[in-house]
Amino acid sequence: MLHRYAVPLAIFGALALAPLLGFGAGHSLSLLARAMILGLGAVGLSVLVGGAGLVSLGHAASFGIGAYAVVMLDAAGQTNAGVVFPVAVLAAAVFALLTGAVAIRTAGVNFIMITLAFGQMAFFTAASLSAYGGDDGYTLYARTRLFGTRLLENRWFFHYLLLALLVLAWVAGRRLLASRFGRVLRAIRENPLRVQALGFSPYPYQLLAYTLAGALGGLAGALLANATEFVAPSFIAWQRSGDLLFMVILGGLGQLHGAVLGALAFVLLEEYLAELTPHWRLIFGPLLVLVALYLKGGLLGLVQRRG
Amino acid sequence: MGEPLLELRGLTKAFGALKVTQDVSLTVLPGEIHAVIGPNGAGKTTLVHQVSGTLGPDAGSIHFAGRDVTRLPLARRARLGLARSFQITAVLPGFSVLENAALAVQARSGSSFRFWRAAATEAALNDTALDALARVGLQDRATTLAGDLSHGERRQLELAIALAMQPRLLLLDEPLAGAGPEETERLVGILAGLKARYGILLVEHDMAAVFALADRISVLVYGQVIATGTPGEIRANAEVRAAYLGEDH
Amino acid sequence: MQFGVLLFLVAAGLTLVFGVMDFINLAHGVQYMLGAYLGASFAAATGSFWWALLLALPVALLAGLLLEWLVFRHLYARDHLAQVLATFGVILSLNQLVRMVWGSAPLQVPVPALLEGGIQLMPGLTWPTYRAAILLAGLATAGLLWLVVERTRVGALVRAGASNAPMVAALGVDIHRLFMLVFGCGAMLAGFAGVMAAPILSVEPGMGDTVLILAFVVIVIGGIGSVRGAFIAALLVGLIETLGRSLMPDLMRLFLAPSPARQTGAALASMLVYVAMAGILAWRPRGLFPVRAG
Repeated sequence: MLHRYAVPLAIFGALALAPLLGFGAGHSLSLLARAMILGLGAVGLSVLVGGAGLVSLGHAASFGIGAYAVVMLDAAGQTNAGVVFPVAVLAAAVFALLTGAVAIRTAGVNFIMITLAFGQMAFFTAASLSAYGGDDGYTLYARTRLFGTRLLENRWFFHYLLLALLVLAWVAGRRLLASRFGRVLRAIRENPLRVQALGFSPYPYQLLAYTLAGALGGLAGALLANATEFVAPSFIAWQRSGDLLFMVILGGLGQLHGAVLGALAFVLLEEYLAELTPHWRLIFGPLLVLVALYLKGGLLGLVQRRG
Repeated sequence: MGEPLLELRGLTKAFGALKVTQDVSLTVLPGEIHAVIGPNGAGKTTLVHQVSGTLGPDAGSIHFAGRDVTRLPLARRARLGLARSFQITAVLPGFSVLENAALAVQARSGSSFRFWRAAATEAALNDTALDALARVGLQDRATTLAGDLSHGERRQLELAIALAMQPRLLLLDEPLAGAGPEETERLVGILAGLKARYGILLVEHDMAAVFALADRISVLVYGQVIATGTPGEIRANAEVRAAYLGEDH
Repeated sequence: MQFGVLLFLVAAGLTLVFGVMDFINLAHGVQYMLGAYLGASFAAATGSFWWALLLALPVALLAGLLLEWLVFRHLYARDHLAQVLATFGVILSLNQLVRMVWGSAPLQVPVPALLEGGIQLMPGLTWPTYRAAILLAGLATAGLLWLVVERTRVGALVRAGASNAPMVAALGVDIHRLFMLVFGCGAMLAGFAGVMAAPILSVEPGMGDTVLILAFVVIVIGGIGSVRGAFIAALLVGLIETLGRSLMPDLMRLFLAPSPARQTGAALASMLVYVAMAGILAWRPRGLFPVRAG
């Protein structure tokens, strides 16, 4: 048996050392930044899917709201991180709260479709915002300012900031799932009727989990806008939500660092295949089918079976 | 004898033309085991659903601990101290035995909207949970996954979960279902030990167990209570013998 | 209106597949897209819309059955999460395949000569004949589907399957053959909708995804497994979608200056369907016509 922290330490260690070991060039760093940001969102989704058993197919909407919060504030001349990030997180949380309030009432398979529909709603809304570029998107000319400085534009600083946030989200997610609240969530996933018979109403627990995951997605979205310095409705496209779900499953649903591993593997694989052929999705799609069919436990499952 | 802990008045439920529960009235006193027996299809399960709160009755009322709970959902009734066990075992298979019981304790002690501290390290929860496990003889299995327990052990855990809720009334839906002779003996022993500390509404198939445990018995046939009385009275009741015991023996 | 009817054709198959097999098939929209592409190709090759329709349907059916055999049948016993992911993978693959074979540019399909022109409803208001034909064809299909589902033995099995699948299996019905039948029909209906849509919408990769999501909205509103619910909900969604796009900007002009009015109007119109869905579900969480027992 591997030590239980061996795999997460290896993942985070590799991310910490990557810039020092020859991956410090602009392209590698922005690739890693993308992976970590998606990983941040995937950790939230993993809490939701693996912890609460809520399969959301609209998680990209929270990314989009976080990203568009940055855009709208930028257009209004507000680029102070102390304002931008809290607004992005709060906006995504409120959206999750409102849509979750309807979606969670229906539960089960309806939940998947309704989250998908709300995600699509966010997408079309973004595409119709012609003041912010509509379909074409919006280019940010400067990143959000941190304490009045342009620190976020320093690639190395940005890299380690993302890593710190990712580790923080991972720790917080683990604590959450182990806490009283998380215990109730996990129990609801296993048997909602039993949990009600104990005296818990599942609804507020699930709604809060959904809102928290949305908030984390908002943070990730705001970071993504800063990383790419460009925001478009395609950030919210429903395929993005599917990708996020894939990352969570690819890495392994049982543990939160699986989501991080999945995001890394996803981004690197995408990059590799896209260099190979313009029709990379023709390889990627069947791969996804195979993972869904046969790779139970995800990449983590593979690692742990060997270890 | 004092106030009844649970009182059903004129409970009626129909699915379409089929009346599953007809004008059922009965009481459970504090410290009493009141058993409900009846042939298959008599409406026992529907009655359990109505008392626990998963089904609303069409007519009639349910009073628990002096309160009208007829319209309260399952979770609210549970918080008032009504613990039910499930006929088809509903332990959480991915949780350890201890965590199954600790979750039940958690339901009755303090808020569960706590997000940071690991629940598994809360001594207050674990102690009460272990206590409940000890009372059904499962203390040595605390760290086992509930999914890995034998059938009889799951039935014991089902009871321990109900006890860990620190309830006032236990609603036991066929706690002996599917248990072998040895397991039945052990479970009957446990139930006898609980007597007098809780009010118990026991819905059960096993006649020997019911007549050994119950203070009073109600006989349900086609959704109606045809007789209520002590085990001796029920045994002697001609109508019951004809309608029910006759079929069984 | 004709959009609602097309939506119904897609949603009917989806809701049955869903209701009977408890199988969430994201790739259903791809079958609609495939229908449109097949229609476009056959139309170009034969020069006749009618030949294209005749040829595209069996090919769409075959494609559906091939997918069932390759992927879907391995998913019936799995959880919804695996189903979502695998069918998502199918979408990615097929969208890309379509791009490879037919290119990314939208294809145009001419309206068949027989149905060109318009019907004059009143002076100054004409309705394109082809759109009327879609409406009629859709209603006819809906009627036929209703007859099959409500009046035949197979239909009774399908209905029973939608409300309680294990029960039907316990009755000794070969559930796998029933699945294939329902699946094939669903694929063909979606393909049919695709061919019909080809002359009025642009045929392009990804066209199935938008329809898929609206079809989801339709079956969620209608109640999973309910063909009647899907029909009513599809018309409702089609109506909201069409009216919203034309009326919202005008409505906003009452309150706002023209330019912001156009923008808020467009934003609101695109949200309208989903807001309606949220409203209906807040009122009836299981849809308008819930089917499933328990």
